[in-house]
Amino acid sequence: MLIFEQSVAGRSARTQISNTKISCDDIPLQYLRNTPLALPEVSELQVVRHYTTLSQKNFSIDTNFYPLGSCTMKYNPRAAHKIASLPDFLARHPFANLQQSQGYLQSMYELQQMLANITGMLEVSLCPMAGAQGEFVGLAMIRAYHLDHGDSGRTEILVPDNAHGTNPASAAMCGFKVREIATDANGDIIIEQLQQALGPQTAGLMLTNPSTLGVFERNILQITKLVHDAGGLLYYDGANLNAILGRVRPGDMGFDVMHLNLHKTFATPHGGGGPGAGPVAANARLAPYLPIPIVGKNENAYLWLTAKQRSKTIGRVSACMGNAGVLLRAYIYIRMLGQSGLREVSAIAVLNANYLMRKLAAIGYTLAFPNRLATHEFIISLTKQSKYNHVNALDFAKRIIDEKIHAPTIYFPLVVPECWLIEPTETETKQTLDQFLSLMQQLFTESEINPQRFKQAPLNLPVRRLDEVKAAKELNVKFSGIL
Amino acid sequence: MSFVAHTPEEIEEMLATIGSKTIEDLFVEIPSELQINELPGFGAALTEMQVAQLLQQRVKQDTYKLNFIGAGAYEHYIPAAVWEIATRGEFLTAYTPYQAEASQGTLQLLYEFQTMFANLTGLDVSNASLYDGATALAEAILMALRCDRKSEDKAILIPKSVHPYYRDVVTTVLAPHNIQIRTIDYDPSSGQVATQQLQGIQEGSFAALVVPQPNFFGILEDVDYLTNWAHQNKALVIALSNPMSLALLKAPGAWGDAGADIACGEAQPFGVPLASGGPYIGYLCCKKEYIRQLPGRLVGVTTDLDGNRGFTLTLQAREQHIKRAKATSNICTNQSLLATVVTIYLSLLGATGLRQVAAACHTNTLQLKNKIISETDLKVLFNAPFFHEIVIQTPQPAVVILDKLASLGIQAGFDLKDYYSELGDAILCCVTETKTSEDIDNFVQALQAC
Repeated sequence: MLIFEQSVAGRSARTQISNTKISCDDIPLQYLRNTPLALPEVSELQVVRHYTTLSQKNFSIDTNFYPLGSCTMKYNPRAAHKIASLPDFLARHPFANLQQSQGYLQSMYELQQMLANITGMLEVSLCPMAGAQGEFVGLAMIRAYHLDHGDSGRTEILVPDNAHGTNPASAAMCGFKVREIATDANGDIIIEQLQQALGPQTAGLMLTNPSTLGVFERNILQITKLVHDAGGLLYYDGANLNAILGRVRPGDMGFDVMHLNLHKTFATPHGGGGPGAGPVAANARLAPYLPIPIVGKNENAYLWLTAKQRSKTIGRVSACMGNAGVLLRAYIYIRMLGQSGLREVSAIAVLNANYLMRKLAAIGYTLAFPNRLATHEFIISLTKQSKYNHVNALDFAKRIIDEKIHAPTIYFPLVVPECWLIEPTETETKQTLDQFLSLMQQLFTESEINPQRFKQAPLNLPVRRLDEVKAAKELNVKFSGIL
Repeated sequence: MSFVAHTPEEIEEMLATIGSKTIEDLFVEIPSELQINELPGFGAALTEMQVAQLLQQRVKQDTYKLNFIGAGAYEHYIPAAVWEIATRGEFLTAYTPYQAEASQGTLQLLYEFQTMFANLTGLDVSNASLYDGATALAEAILMALRCDRKSEDKAILIPKSVHPYYRDVVTTVLAPHNIQIRTIDYDPSSGQVATQQLQGIQEGSFAALVVPQPNFFGILEDVDYLTNWAHQNKALVIALSNPMSLALLKAPGAWGDAGADIACGEAQPFGVPLASGGPYIGYLCCKKEYIRQLPGRLVGVTTDLDGNRGFTLTLQAREQHIKRAKATSNICTNQSLLATVVTIYLSLLGATGLRQVAAACHTNTLQLKNKIISETDLKVLFNAPFFHEIVIQTPQPAVVILDKLASLGIQAGFDLKDYYSELGDAILCCVTETKTSEDIDNFVQALQAC
């Protein structure tokens, strides 16, 4: 039932109703609400029970193995959440006086420096509120750089065909034309295609490395040199940083600007789809264009740097300085891990992925890139199952959620047919990985002898398979029943 | 230290399965000249207790007694149940509901959120939230430009009384596109949009007018007049509204003869703590004819194989993971956790409770205004109806006053100097339902003593 369907006129959560004497007579009638305000009328217990019950209809990291490729669904430490929720952190107004901001600003200043060191870049802006916004910011910086150098003809951004959908969308939002570059059978960019595409119109190249194909781009130094030689700049999509944390740095690879997904690599909770945080890091060439505010420091205190001190900035991208609470959680996480912990993240994330990949291949699943090592994730292709048993990647996903394991990412990247992108992360136990493997063994056989079970799935969840076509055709995005 | 679980024996066993001797062997495809053995500038790992102690120490520097700053981020009481429920692991640590059957909790909740915001704004449709109020305004403007098929070369009209940081964000987002932003001044005596400035603007020269309600100064705009004027000039109306005020004030869908076309704003007042500015939550609503231009996530009702009701993401063909470069926006996620908070908050307060909070904010601000006028030498600017903020002119530089009061534990307001130097020294102050008469008295006395 919807909360609205539990509503009874005249009921309320009474202790929440203010008893302050009010006086609004000074506001003329023409300004006042003249239509009803339809909100649920329910008791506090109803609210608590309703939303607790709803929560139980979700899969989550706290309750399920969640090997969703490209999303890095690792354990989100409760400590980070709890410490960032200290009452005085929550009470601090974003525009509070600097006297009462030093604790927060110091933490953010240190986070900027840590992220610069992790990425091999010069400076960091913490403003972007998500990876996609970080991409927009990085591209806007590239645009500003070229214009600043009198180079208005650089209108094109190159993007590999396996890139996240946000890459081309961000480039378009930033006014660029998008040109796709193909990858070869081993997952590396086809260098000849890149060479042909480069020219005086090239503003830059966006690249995820390791790529969304779950492999490391081996020719990366050649690629960054080619783009730079053509006068272009390089954007690094930090979605897959978990695989190389503390081992390889995008700045050293030759990238000029990048974003980090703190909600992936630095374990801040995904919250059911946000909030994230997508800080942007840049080298000396692009750092002047970083969005403001940035936290600075003089001999006495930490302070805000705005357009006054940073005249080349592309400007503001959020009302305050990004998703502050998410930033604080990432800071706490990094302090708990330290340098050795950060390197351990990539070590075990990659170990777990390679372990699953080898074992799944042994069961008989088809690897998309059998000659490559996995990074923190890898792809299997279910084309055989789809062709011979009519059980496709979607059916496999719906079947595995019936066993209380969240499905890997399906049909992405689009270039691999019937694709499952699997990312176990570093925080799972070997037992969990082995349980997943034995389930995959069972499903491998089941897909041959009982494909119908896949088509029926899920059977054990709050709803059976949902009709997405109907949702779009008979659009109902707002409850309009009687209150 | 990390959150890795493996024992050394398990690692050996797994490496043996893979056929590698060491973990380093798993990285051999990375050019060796790129690999580093240590990260500069990192201290040793801390235990949970050590980090907790460190940050408890740090946050002590940031404490204060009373806050009267608003300026887009508002201190309201947050009922205990809101975050108790919203931070259940099943909400907190889930991801975007790609597998709808395994995400019915989040999906149903977002559908309820959409319903609440459509009802609050009096419009047909709400998306499932955006990053914050400033980016919601930027997305609303981009959306309005898509809705207007002849929008090429057209301007967007934005009153100067819109939050200056929001205007900055809009400038950043629109910079790559050839769109002129025309700033409309405010009337110096009322603080409302200077309607005489609109007279010279030609029909067809602009795609949309942004109407803030209340505006950045806390002042109420004549939304009916502005809406009708824009519609007569064949432009869309984008309402930018603090949703808390909508419990009292006319819903954007009821503005003028035809209602605003798009409504957006910052929903932080509904249960989200100030928390240094984020994460907050933007909302974006529109009339149904514009739904295909609406960016961001949208949840719809459908049925499952047995014919039972269920919820799923819908109209995904607008989005980046399908449409790539041709998507309505590059936005990927919404602010689901905050939407969870807001939905629980609104369920607890209901229409009656929400109206009481909004009215208490206004009542307290009225009290502050009256006391400033009757008990101090300070001047309150703008003679027009207001919601819960007022502008106070200060005899000394605003920064001096703010510093002085801060040292007494009072955050007094937002300095208007950088963006509104024509006002001289002036601060924007907000009083919400959280302040008692005694708090207001203390504030007035402290201001007068400066």
